[in-house]
Amino acid sequence: MTIITPLKDRRTKAGDTVLSVRDLHVTFPSEAGPVRAVRGLSFDLAAGETMAIVGESGSGKSVTSLAVMGLHPNTTRITGSIKLHDTELLGQSDNDMSKIRGRDLAMVFQDPLSALTPVYTIGDQIVETIQAHYDMSKAKALTRAIELLDLVGIPNPQVRVKSFPFEFSGGMRQRVMIAMAIANDPDVIIADEPTTALDVTIQAQVLDVLKTAQRETGAAIILITHDLGIVAGMSERVVVMYAGRPVEQGTTDDIFYRPRMPYTIGLLGTVPRLDESSHGALPVLEGNPPSVVDLPPGCPFAPRCPMVIDACMGTEPELVPTDDPQHVAACVRTADIIRQELRHGDIFPAPVLTTSELAEVPREERVPVLELKNLKRHYPLMKGAIYRRRIGTVHAVDGIDLDIREGETLGLVGESGCGKTTTLLEILNMGTPTAGSIEVLGRDTSTLNKRERKALRRNLQVVFQDPMASLDPRMPIFDIIAEPMGVHKIPKAEIEKRVADLLRLVGLEPNHASRYPQHFSGGQRQRIGIARALSLEPKVMVLDEPVSALDVSIQAGVINLLDDLQGKLGLSYLFVAHDLAVIRHIADRVAVMYLGSIVEVGAVDEVYSAPVHPYTQALLSAIPIPDPKTERSRQRIVLSGDLPSPADPPSGCKFRTRCFKYTALGEADQVKCRDVVPLLQPYAVDHTAACHYGSHEEGVAVGRAQFVSRS
Amino acid sequence: MSEAAVKVETETELVKADPKRLSRGRLVWRRFLRNKTAVVGAFGILFLVFLALFGSSILYWKFDDIDTQSFLAPPSESHILGATRAGRDVLALTVRGLGKSLLIGFMVALMSTTIAALVGASAAYLGGWWEKFALWIVDLLLVVPSFFLIAVASRGAPEGDASWIILAVLLAVFAWPLSARVVRSLTLSIREREYVLAAKFMGLSSFRIIVRHILPNASSLLIIDATLGVGYAILSETGLSYFGFGVQPPDTSLGTLIGEGARMATTFPWVFLGPATVLVFLVLCVNAVGDGLRDALDPSSASGGQA
Amino acid sequence: MLRYIGRRLLNYAVLLYVAISLTFVLAATQLNPRALFQLRQPPIEPAIIEQQLLKYNLSDTVPLAERYWIWLTGIFRGYWGSSPLGVDVAEQIQTRMWVSLRLLLIGTLAGIIIGVAIGAWSATRQYKLSDRAITAISLLIISTPAFVVGHLTQIGATWYNNTSRTRTFEFIGETGDVGDYPFADLVDRGQHLLLPTFVLIILGAASMSRIQRNLMLDSLGADYVRTARAKGLRESKAVMKHALRTALIPTGTYFAFSVATMFVGATFTERIFSFPGIGQYGVDTITNRDVFGVVAVTAFAGVCVLAGAVLSDIMVAILDPRVRLQ
Repeated sequence: MTIITPLKDRRTKAGDTVLSVRDLHVTFPSEAGPVRAVRGLSFDLAAGETMAIVGESGSGKSVTSLAVMGLHPNTTRITGSIKLHDTELLGQSDNDMSKIRGRDLAMVFQDPLSALTPVYTIGDQIVETIQAHYDMSKAKALTRAIELLDLVGIPNPQVRVKSFPFEFSGGMRQRVMIAMAIANDPDVIIADEPTTALDVTIQAQVLDVLKTAQRETGAAIILITHDLGIVAGMSERVVVMYAGRPVEQGTTDDIFYRPRMPYTIGLLGTVPRLDESSHGALPVLEGNPPSVVDLPPGCPFAPRCPMVIDACMGTEPELVPTDDPQHVAACVRTADIIRQELRHGDIFPAPVLTTSELAEVPREERVPVLELKNLKRHYPLMKGAIYRRRIGTVHAVDGIDLDIREGETLGLVGESGCGKTTTLLEILNMGTPTAGSIEVLGRDTSTLNKRERKALRRNLQVVFQDPMASLDPRMPIFDIIAEPMGVHKIPKAEIEKRVADLLRLVGLEPNHASRYPQHFSGGQRQRIGIARALSLEPKVMVLDEPVSALDVSIQAGVINLLDDLQGKLGLSYLFVAHDLAVIRHIADRVAVMYLGSIVEVGAVDEVYSAPVHPYTQALLSAIPIPDPKTERSRQRIVLSGDLPSPADPPSGCKFRTRCFKYTALGEADQVKCRDVVPLLQPYAVDHTAACHYGSHEEGVAVGRAQFVSRS
Repeated sequence: MSEAAVKVETETELVKADPKRLSRGRLVWRRFLRNKTAVVGAFGILFLVFLALFGSSILYWKFDDIDTQSFLAPPSESHILGATRAGRDVLALTVRGLGKSLLIGFMVALMSTTIAALVGASAAYLGGWWEKFALWIVDLLLVVPSFFLIAVASRGAPEGDASWIILAVLLAVFAWPLSARVVRSLTLSIREREYVLAAKFMGLSSFRIIVRHILPNASSLLIIDATLGVGYAILSETGLSYFGFGVQPPDTSLGTLIGEGARMATTFPWVFLGPATVLVFLVLCVNAVGDGLRDALDPSSASGGQA
Repeated sequence: MLRYIGRRLLNYAVLLYVAISLTFVLAATQLNPRALFQLRQPPIEPAIIEQQLLKYNLSDTVPLAERYWIWLTGIFRGYWGSSPLGVDVAEQIQTRMWVSLRLLLIGTLAGIIIGVAIGAWSATRQYKLSDRAITAISLLIISTPAFVVGHLTQIGATWYNNTSRTRTFEFIGETGDVGDYPFADLVDRGQHLLLPTFVLIILGAASMSRIQRNLMLDSLGADYVRTARAKGLRESKAVMKHALRTALIPTGTYFAFSVATMFVGATFTERIFSFPGIGQYGVDTITNRDVFGVVAVTAFAGVCVLAGAVLSDIMVAILDPRVRLQ
């Protein structure tokens, strides 16, 4: 990689404070009244360091970043102080701020797909960034742009500099955004959820690039994220925000190993862990984050806090030093937590879940409820916005075999574009696939007539990802839950009773039945979606990323509910997710999908602790683990490049174009990968993988208790 | 929200967390009320409807009265807006024409939005040959100059009291294609929403999905479309009548009156100005309400619901 | 690529053929050209009427299918039929389309350009007084039918001419009394164009400014404008270079479409200012029960619309790299 010549002299040495924020308040108007999005945030950012701001949606973390950049509209009221090298930024005119933005302060936004202007080449956009601040000829600026693209790992930068944003994948666009951010050697880079929109293997690449960029420019980074794993791996210091307030601040180790505020403790404790084989109930952080429109007095976390006492209700606690003066927490119970050395298990007890009677029955003796045999789904590939024409075939699902037995959970994982959604829709459609067969409860769906298909649907129901989108906003929840029963002609009187039962079953009040979905929070809506799916008493539930749209603290409750329902009702789950930690927690078996094929499948602990396929290994190693020490010691496999197009999959092994093992093989061995499609071969009792040279690599596995450092 | 309602709401977990959550209906209403132009427009329409319904019984002159003293008389105390060449009172005629224009406007908008909703939604949801066919019909109707063809068709239509109904049907037949396209593209996105998929996978028939889930969720668009459609229909009707192709004498509409007045607009402007002012005011009110509804119902629309 | 363009053009040709055929059926059954002669004073012999109608393929005593066939085969020989009085409709279209073009070119183009500028500008000033004023005025204008605007300007012009005792504004026809000085004929044409052009400009600008304002507001809120600001571009520059450029893509398609359909777009203006253009001709054909005239005008309009569709596609490809390169 090229070393970029600096455009200016650094004004700071390592350790100096570059950015200093004091008592920042941000308020903006809304329909419901003024939103007090940030309420008293202070921090100092040292040159070259990475500080993370973590919090759930609505905690004020993104609002903070826009306030520092001065990009809020005029209607937003910002008070306090934001100083960059002793220059006060608040109150600067837009002209003056424009001279600072992009030169000393740079930003990487969340959604790379919409953050670049569609009609200009990326070269032009980087050149523009440079020329906005430096008097540099276009040719020279373009040379610098090419160097920057090379630095952030865009292959073939001389050619790609002339490409338009839409010609890049999401991960590549985020690299371009980073190139643009470091174009003028900024002192501070604010990265607002820079990898949230990306897949895990791409996330690992982009985080790597961000580290490279920091190394090259010496910039300090403010990393805004909700992902505690990323925080553990990237940052030196952490600010935890809740309802617009910082509730705990300290070094990353302090926050992860010695949290002193119940919210932080709860947040760290409720996340399912990729590196732990636990199948019990998750500790739950009850309730929802409050709205910042009209906060009641007292600690905003009090309504959810198991340690709440009367003193919490009076005034909002200030940040006070804990046992370490650099580690501050805003909680009246901090002293008690330190003295009694309270851990999440002490504060947030896990509920007791029902275990299924089926758990005792060996897998082989259980009935298969869903079987896919060599399932294929191909689509015509159309091209052209104006003159549409077919130019090829998308091999979305390209011959997969799976079976799910009574009472078990199969996790289906893979990155976007791997075909897991197509597989799921294919199953739910109960139609005739391009090739192969789908059997639900032993019946081949392609042989069904309309009436039989409708009848069989009772046994196969679905819960979708987005709780906002999966409930019709114009129907009260009674109608929503009752609708499937109406379709299947269940008597009215029984429906009334069942809706109430179902609501209780998923942990909601039956007297809420007349409300509309918008009156419920995300977690509650997901429960309603589950109640609807259960209303027909199905045997199989297809769960499409059921918790990925939920905030971290809400996820645990829904996962526990699914676990409990499985025990009570003997359900089988097909659980589709990209979050491998959630899958490890909830699934019995896991199947890893890549480009329309299953590359590895087996019992979940087996696959996670001894992954055989290089893709599984890379996937597992790409996932950040919310444990700073583990993160520091992990060796990470970073895959090169993007997912190939499913319209033009590589010959032989589809993964070979990104495979680190393939690169390491001799030419003679590579031939096999190129020419022969690998088939699933057994590696253990319930563990198969499709790789010609598959073997378990030491050190890649996660789990087997490498670190028992969970606080 | 009433006191009692607030009390009940606070008992729940969520409302404790978010006490100021407003129902959608109230939000829309509040946003609409904040748009002063739209509120004025709404009152304007109410006033004009009232005038059209009861005007003839309030006014002294009837529309077919002939005042032999006042051929082409300028506005005066006896004829507030003047009189026509035949000695008929311009105000009485205008009120009479207003009624017809309003009736046609509302009828056409209702018909065309209904057709657009059904065709657009079913084309997008069902797809296949029906979608191809529907889109082809839409293209066909958009390729021909609808104005001429309505004129031609109404030329040959049987004369009589009901001829304006034929005109309204003709206007509706040519008015729906563009809206149907918009409904179709909206449906294409609603179709992919998870609640529609959920309904499909629970075994609901396509027809029920369109009626129960798609159309209610496209209702914002349909309300806006129908409102703006009233304005469009009135403009089309008056345009045709202006040329003498629309509403035929002895029946009258604002367009017929304006067409008549226009021939001597530069010499006896009042015959033209009276109905023209009422027409502009009517369409202005309808458009203002349409704009207001769009801002209120669709916060993602350009004005962002901040207006 | 060529194959797909070809297929698309074929589809258009079929569409147009069906549209014109249906128009023929409609016009031939609804217009009743016989009535044109029956009402004459003094009355004409029915036999002579029939003879005249037969001569021009207009008699309802001949089966519709036969008339259709005669008309259709005529088209392939370049003959689009004649009016009941024997005027060749194709010739009419040819001469009148240039009249329309002369009248409409300046007004249409200027209206769009001014509208785009006003719309984009007022979007950047959302909710300020100037934006509210522009929004209100454009709402008023689009609520005013073209014929009302036309007559109002005539009333105003008459009043001005009368008070100033001049003939500054001319509003009947393309030309009038030509004075005796250099370029007098140009000045005369200019005088006649002044009012209709003004009408076209304000009507075009009002509707375009509304469209452009909404497009601009959408792109002003886009993430990439925020990115441009985060790079250090001043607000005005970020708006001009990033928001406006993107918001002009749909405008470009609209522009292309308007240029192609310009010929048939101004029936009211032509009528009010007595320009014998295509729009005026269309109205006359209906009044004069001119079956083939109606069909020819419809065909001409249809060709314009389809040409507009093709031109907009080309325009999109020029303006939007996503379409051009994919």
